[in-house]
Amino acid sequence: MPTLRINSYPLQQLRSEMDRLFTDFLRELPGTRGGGFFAERTFPAVNLWENEGELYVEAELPGVKQDDLDISVVGNELTIKGERPNMEQEGLTFHRRERGTGAFTRVLRLPTDVDPTKVEASLRDGVLAIRLPKAEAAKARKIQIKAAVPKKV
Amino acid sequence: MTVETVVKQPEDALTRSEPTREGQFYRPNVDILENPDELQVLVDLPGSSTDAINVHFEDGTLTIHGRVPPRQTEDTPFLMQEYGVADFFRTFQVSEGIDAARISADYSDGVLRLRLPKAEAVKPRKIAVRGG
Repeated sequence: MPTLRINSYPLQQLRSEMDRLFTDFLRELPGTRGGGFFAERTFPAVNLWENEGELYVEAELPGVKQDDLDISVVGNELTIKGERPNMEQEGLTFHRRERGTGAFTRVLRLPTDVDPTKVEASLRDGVLAIRLPKAEAAKARKIQIKAAVPKKV
Repeated sequence: MTVETVVKQPEDALTRSEPTREGQFYRPNVDILENPDELQVLVDLPGSSTDAINVHFEDGTLTIHGRVPPRQTEDTPFLMQEYGVADFFRTFQVSEGIDAARISADYSDGVLRLRLPKAEAVKPRKIAVRGG
């Protein structure tokens, strides 16, 4: 089974430019190879889209409960922070371990400012959906072009 | 249902070549754990639901299919797209003898948890040694 190759990740460049991120995704068993999450890999992966008045951010966070998740917005930066608990128990051995566990933090620089008081987030079946209404000043506004008045010569 | 006929499995679950929804599956990450009584399989299936998941066990082959309804449309104006939304599919060969009748599954927070109890015959058993 092939492991995930970071350097073939197509959006790596774009992502580094668009967001500053800090990921600390601990792996509980040192020396275990395991596919899936490595220290440099960003978690969670996000999708971002917009319409005229809002930005939408979606991320897949299976196994993360609402209480283990922290979302905050400052200016145009969205921080998704949380922890996926370890399922290890006494007497349990791993045959395969692909699902990372531990703490994660991801900071996204959003393309426009948003109104932090109006941000809504929901977590359902492992999918986090965040709706961020754009700040009034950031909304595109049509500019009227006045006809120039010809100068008298 | 044999895997070869139906499924195209991308090796990298995050491959971002634009998927058409028909016939494109993502391979979910799993943890497989074992204790003396059972195997446990944890499968990441975000965005699915209990009635959209199909688990099949036959002749030592475990097959997991999680249907995922689309959450964005084809013309969603993405600014960033790091993952796609499509069904999940994965199969495993399970080497242990499993008591298929007692397999149980539950799904919460986007994670499918399967418990596969080992058949009595394969559980490690102490053999009493009689003196001669």
